This record gives sequence, C-alpha cells and structure tokens, in this order.
Amino acid sequence: MGPLFNASDEWSFVIALVIGIAFGYILESAGFSSSRKLAGVFYGYDFVVLQVFFTAAITAAIGLLFFEYFGWIDLSAIWINRFYTGSAILGGAIMGFGFVIGGFCPGTSACASAIGKIDAMLFLGGFVIGVVIFDAFYPLYEKFYKSGNQGPVKIYESLGMNREVFLLIFVAFAIFAFAATAYIQQKVSQKSKKY
Amino acid sequence: MEEVKIQKPPKKYMNPYLAGVLLGITIILSFFFTREGLGASGAFKRGVAKVEQIIIPAHVESENSAFYHYVKDGKDPLKNRLVYMIIGVFVGGFLSGALNRRLKLKLEHSPKITSRKRAVAAIIGGALFGIGSAFGRGCTSGAGLDGMAVLATSGFVVVGMIFGTGYVIAWFFRKLWI
Repeated sequence: MGPLFNASDEWSFVIALVIGIAFGYILESAGFSSSRKLAGVFYGYDFVVLQVFFTAAITAAIGLLFFEYFGWIDLSAIWINRFYTGSAILGGAIMGFGFVIGGFCPGTSACASAIGKIDAMLFLGGFVIGVVIFDAFYPLYEKFYKSGNQGPVKIYESLGMNREVFLLIFVAFAIFAFAATAYIQQKVSQKSKKY
Repeated sequence: MEEVKIQKPPKKYMNPYLAGVLLGITIILSFFFTREGLGASGAFKRGVAKVEQIIIPAHVESENSAFYHYVKDGKDPLKNRLVYMIIGVFVGGFLSGALNRRLKLKLEHSPKITSRKRAVAAIIGGALFGIGSAFGRGCTSGAGLDGMAVLATSGFVVVGMIFGTGYVIAWFFRKLWI
C-alpha cells in the first residue's frame, strides 16, 4: 500500500526525476512555455491555465480518493501542507502580482527556459533574487511567517462539510468554470477580430 | 541552384483537458510513490541555500536564515527530491519543445511593448514570486496544485489568492499584455 517510499528515500529521488520529466513535458505540450498564453487567463483571450490546472486538481483529488477506496494508498500518511493563515494569504497575494507582472510561475518558467524563452530565464533570475531578499530580511517577519498555524487542515473540515460532498461541489464548480470561460474566450476573440 | 530550406511550423498544443488529466495522474503517482506531490520553487530555494552555505555559512547556519532547516546538522540542501524533480522539468520541457518543433531562443512579448520592458517586468515578476512563494510555503505547484489535489485548505487559499489578486490587478497591468 502506498505511499511506497518516504520523500527522503533515495528511490524517491529517481522517481522524482521521472515525475519531473512528465511534469515538464505536459506543461510544455499544453502551451505553458508561453507567457502570453499564460497571461491570457487574466484578460480572457486564453483560459488554458484554468482548464489544465483545474482538470489536474480534480483528476488528482478524485484519483487519490479512489486509490484510498481500493486500499492502494493511505491518505493519512501523505504530506499535507500546513495552513498558516496570514502567511498563506499574503504569499498568495504577492504571487498574484508576480504572475500578472512576470507572466510565469516557477514551474512554467523552468519549462519555458528549457525551450529557449529568454523572458522565462529572466523570470527565474528574478525568482532567485526574490528568494535571497526573503532570506536576507527573514528576522523582520519570522514571527508573522510562523503565526496562525492551523496544521494540515483540509478544506472540507474548514468549511464543516463532508469530504465527498465538497468534492462534488468542487467538480460542479469546475465544469461551470470551463463552460463560462469557453464562452468568454469566444466573445473576447470575436471582439478582437473586429479591430 | 539555391537550396530551399523548408522549415515546418511548430505543432499544435495538446488539448488542455487531456493535459490536465495527464498532469493529475502525474500528481497521483507522485503521492503514491514518494508521499509528496509536485514542486518547483523548493528546488530554487535549496539552490540558494547551497550557495549561501558555501559563501556565507555563518548566516544560513543560524536562526536568522529562513533556510536554517535545510542546512541544519551539516545537511546538504541539494540532497532532496525536489532538486531532481526540477531537473526533470527542464528535461521534459526540452523534450516536448524538441518533438513539437518549438525550440527557439526568443524573448516573447506583446507587440505593444519593447523587449526591454518585458525583460524588466519578467525580473520584477520573478522576484515577487520568489518572495510570495516563500510566504506561501510553496508556489502554484507545490502549495496550489498539490494542496488542491489533497484538499488542503492551504492549497485552496493560496490558489484563490493568486488568481483573485491577479484578476483584481490585471487591469492596471493590461498594457504589458494586450
């Protein structure tokens, strides 16, 4: 029964390399190596980010649930990111600025760099600078960074819901978003054709 | 006679829903085999920690550093799963680019702005992402996508904040893109 290895096992390193190859291959194939395509999600001309991202999240969430039903994985043994309220909210907001201004996120900029996108290489350079800045002034916000730890809490617990019911609502929401964005994308591209 | 070189155009992108399903399966396999999901920012943080360990060990090996836990007790920050994963991302991205005829050295930008402006925006955006993903304990993949896959509250909050903030501020930065 999974998980088969611990994240720090050397086998995990080999498997992580293979998984990374799949990750990079899929991102590039879907068009995530283009900043203009990625930024489209914020301007309505290309929703590929939303489509790939939410399809992946739903597939993985449902898949992991089935793995558990079949007794293939122990979901209580896998890593769940801790929720530090203030730090997660602030971090997400800053990343929102980074995405709109820079046009990439770290994973997509790595895969775009690999096919020769210079803007992606610059983004990665900037990313490293940002990491160094965070580390340099760390004592100033260490307390904030470590405050509000709610542990590995799940979204359905936070909302006081049953897990399966939450998943159903999540899937319904995603399907609605797919339909709505397909409609918007069509409208926006029609509008831009007129000019 | 002059040789005419016909360069085939790049192939079309994969259907986004198919890509999403394949990415979802990749996430499941990652959790199944290694207990943890995908990640991108972690490898770069560890890279920075490694360089700091060599040039300013007094800083990184103290409580004053955010990366103290990466190097504590003489640990090598690069001896980590995420470092191998990011190498894989570069390899996989390159393979797809090569097979789909998209390998090309190019600074991509909207025709309405100069390359220089795009370059500056890319660096600033990257720096903000570096700071943001440190506070968020992961980026779009490690905190967002993995978090949503395991239904973690942190994942939904981070994703909601990234895209929510993005939509709120998009109008102010529209000249960079449209």
